[in-house]
Amino acid sequence: MEAFLASLVSVAFHGIAYGMILYVISVGLSITMGLMGFTNLAHGVFAMAGGYILIVSLSRFGLPFPLALALAFVLVAAASVVLERLLYSRLYGAAELEQVLFTIGLIFMSVAVARLIFGTLQLPVVLPDYLKGQLSLFGRDFPAYRVFLIVFSATMIAALWFGIERTLWGAMVRAAVDNRAMAQSIGINTRRLFTVTFAIGSGLAGLGGALGADIVAIQPTYPFEQLVYFLIVVAVGGLGSLRGPFIAALLIGITDTACKYWLPEFGAFFIYVATIALLLWRPAGLLGKRA
Amino acid sequence: MKHAVGYNADARLRWTEWLPWVAALAVFFLLPDYLSLGARVLTYILFALSLDLILGYVGIITLGHAAFFGLGAYVTGILSAKLGLTDPMMQMLVSALAAGLLGLATGAVILRTHGLTQLMLTLAIAALCLEIANKATPLTGGADGLSGVVIAPILGLFKFDLYGKTAYLWCLGVLFVSWWLVRRLIYSPFGASLAGIRENSIRMHAIGAPVYARQLLVYTLSATLAGVAGALLTQTSQFVGLNVLGFEPSGELLVMLILGGVGRLYGAFVGPLVFLVAQDYLAKQFPEYWYFGIGLLLVIVVLFARGGILGISDAVIARLRGMA
Repeated sequence: MEAFLASLVSVAFHGIAYGMILYVISVGLSITMGLMGFTNLAHGVFAMAGGYILIVSLSRFGLPFPLALALAFVLVAAASVVLERLLYSRLYGAAELEQVLFTIGLIFMSVAVARLIFGTLQLPVVLPDYLKGQLSLFGRDFPAYRVFLIVFSATMIAALWFGIERTLWGAMVRAAVDNRAMAQSIGINTRRLFTVTFAIGSGLAGLGGALGADIVAIQPTYPFEQLVYFLIVVAVGGLGSLRGPFIAALLIGITDTACKYWLPEFGAFFIYVATIALLLWRPAGLLGKRA
Repeated sequence: MKHAVGYNADARLRWTEWLPWVAALAVFFLLPDYLSLGARVLTYILFALSLDLILGYVGIITLGHAAFFGLGAYVTGILSAKLGLTDPMMQMLVSALAAGLLGLATGAVILRTHGLTQLMLTLAIAALCLEIANKATPLTGGADGLSGVVIAPILGLFKFDLYGKTAYLWCLGVLFVSWWLVRRLIYSPFGASLAGIRENSIRMHAIGAPVYARQLLVYTLSATLAGVAGALLTQTSQFVGLNVLGFEPSGELLVMLILGGVGRLYGAFVGPLVFLVAQDYLAKQFPEYWYFGIGLLLVIVVLFARGGILGISDAVIARLRGMA
């Protein structure tokens, strides 16, 4: 019984850590898709870029870990502004097929660039000493890095929720998500709002990719392989919603970890089946406003 | 994406429509060294044709069309290597049935959703198939792939030879029959109602057309054709690997069709030809640049050349006629 309880706690703990990562990466996708109606399949590219930035700045430049995390956020956000202004903005309001093809093109290009620079192998993350080892909590040992990951992500998520629900900027974002034409007509500069929101969402993806580099392997095929998970989080949670994807990400994180622990021979089978069943029951997702 | 060709009531064959078949036969006699590449091109033309049916004629975007292709390929492989059924016609029939059934079952779910959810579901179903093929090692060989595929002579007469002559003609024959079926379908009144659903599904609902049932029928048919293409791939390469399933082959197929032109029937002929021949030359020498190239190509096609190669050639011809 004690052994079972221990594995239960361990699965819940690792599942929550994974779910947090999924949420930090995917929340930007949910907001930008809800806000701009833009189907950005290349969102995983930002997460991969964040992961590579962290790994390179730790191992090649020997930067301290917090600075590497900050760099992952800032550089990815800055790059996404350039991309948004130059390319994405041309396709706002275009047909879904065009957005899908365009972002698949971006995935292909980034996979090729990542392979050219970093090779095809997974790069290891060199964690600082203070994040290695175990932390004793409630009489059980937990890996210190996962504890940090959960606490840090929770703080980021709290800050984001506060920003969207309690600040003027957040009110403008919510207004634009609900009714873009009306938001524009009362003088909100939705164009600038898009750019800023896109940058924050992409930056968070970069941060999530960097934080999760230890859990989700950073390799060139990352944007292909993880895409389905990000899309599941957004679709199951509900497009444009903040809390829905959070619930979805935690559910997926815990289910996936539990399946891999107890039923490894089935792999990700249950996640897909559960997703299909859930969307049949609620086509708009858990907390979605529209289908 | 704007469709240059709407519904055309004139179903007669134009002389240009014979060109692909003349060219295919010319390749058979003039370029005997390229028959294995040729068989591959013909297989992917059929696969692209099946995608064109749902993407170009019904307007459903799918990121997981490889699920049906892969299922067809694996069914033929398993029938041959594990169950000892080596007759190519029977293999193809069972593959088509299996893919069609999967198309019917998944289409019933996918067609009830829209937008992002629909995209995600198509991707999830392909990922699910990949996961099953990867884990069911005793049946599929897992990551090692399924070898030991034996194909008996067609009708007991035509053996699959070392030079790929039989394989090439077999692919050509299957493609010709499929093309004829698809062409009949899209020039029929049923095809007209598909064009209506693509252009304005709300209005089609309003005039009482059974939109969902028609979409489901086309989706099933498209899955069946993709399954046939999968069976062809296994029969001509006598091997099945995990690379026939998942997002990457689905994405590459989309690239091929976009490159040729969507919703034009013959875009599915031009795209795979250009893509696979270019891949044969470039991908081995510069694999990284190749991937970068197809990504860049997609971006350029979306931003500047929305009709693909056939769209560009239409525009050029129209301009030349305007000048004359």
